Amino acid sequence: MTTAQEHNGIGKDLIVYVCLLALAGVQFVIAYQNIDASQMLTRMLVVACVEAGLAALFFMHLWTEKRGFLLFVAVFTIAVLLGLQYGWTDSYRMVTGAPFSH
Amino acid sequence: MSQADLTIGHSTTQTLGPAFSIPTKKFAMWLFIIADTMTFAACLVVYGFLRNGTPNWPRPFHSITNVAIMTFILLTSSLTMLIGLRSARAGDKGAAFRWTMITAALGIVFAFLHIREWLELIDHGMTLLKNPWGTGLFGASFFSITGLHLTHVTCGIIALLVVGVRYKGGRYNADDIEVLGLYWHFVDLVWMFVVPLVYLLNLAH
Repeated sequence: MTTAQEHNGIGKDLIVYVCLLALAGVQFVIAYQNIDASQMLTRMLVVACVEAGLAALFFMHLWTEKRGFLLFVAVFTIAVLLGLQYGWTDSYRMVTGAPFSH
Repeated sequence: MSQADLTIGHSTTQTLGPAFSIPTKKFAMWLFIIADTMTFAACLVVYGFLRNGTPNWPRPFHSITNVAIMTFILLTSSLTMLIGLRSARAGDKGAAFRWTMITAALGIVFAFLHIREWLELIDHGMTLLKNPWGTGLFGASFFSITGLHLTHVTCGIIALLVVGVRYKGGRYNADDIEVLGLYWHFVDLVWMFVVPLVYLLNLAH
């Protein structure tokens, strides 16, 4: 933890905490919206990503680490998360092509 | 080995410091967190794959009350962890220990609510292989993902208790509280994705 961060009070933590609570509340509101599942999933994931970003940057203090380390964590994580998305086309094929789908 | 090799080797050991100039323990925890992110992400992507490809996916949840309370507790425990770390940094050992124990207590409440929810679902006939609402894949994926998360919470609670006591005893310092805090915030962060994907998308309308 850097000296500058030590001098920051608990105020910033409380603000981030309230923001996270509010964003969690938004997810629950989205769950009751009358929209289709894919739209709901997109909205919820966007909110979850914002929440995760806030938690990583401020609660886990990534924001005050060296920029090189921040980039290391971000690039490494995002690259693998994107790599995991390769199978979706096959999942959609299952909806229409798999024997048990009809 | 030539004199040149020895010189290069010597100068290398002199200039190499910790990676990214952060303490080794903290760096190790970050590497663990990155690796664990992959594990959870793989589980959630597989879950999404199955949910998307299975026509009769069940929507068994009728209320969000329990999961909302669990979310509130876990988020609050992250705040208490931060307060504990700030106290440790300020040299207030008593307060740091107290807040670390409060964090552990909140973790225990979270785990209790989680297990109670599991027991209710099991009571309704849900197992790893079958459930009364639709495809049996739901039980397998639900128990796997939430079980993996609950395992992390349980490990976190044990770590909080051990590190808290050892910090109070003088064997650990504020850096150890910070490293543990990283883990606890990560557990919280994962929950932010588990809730919408596993609970809210399976809400009965």
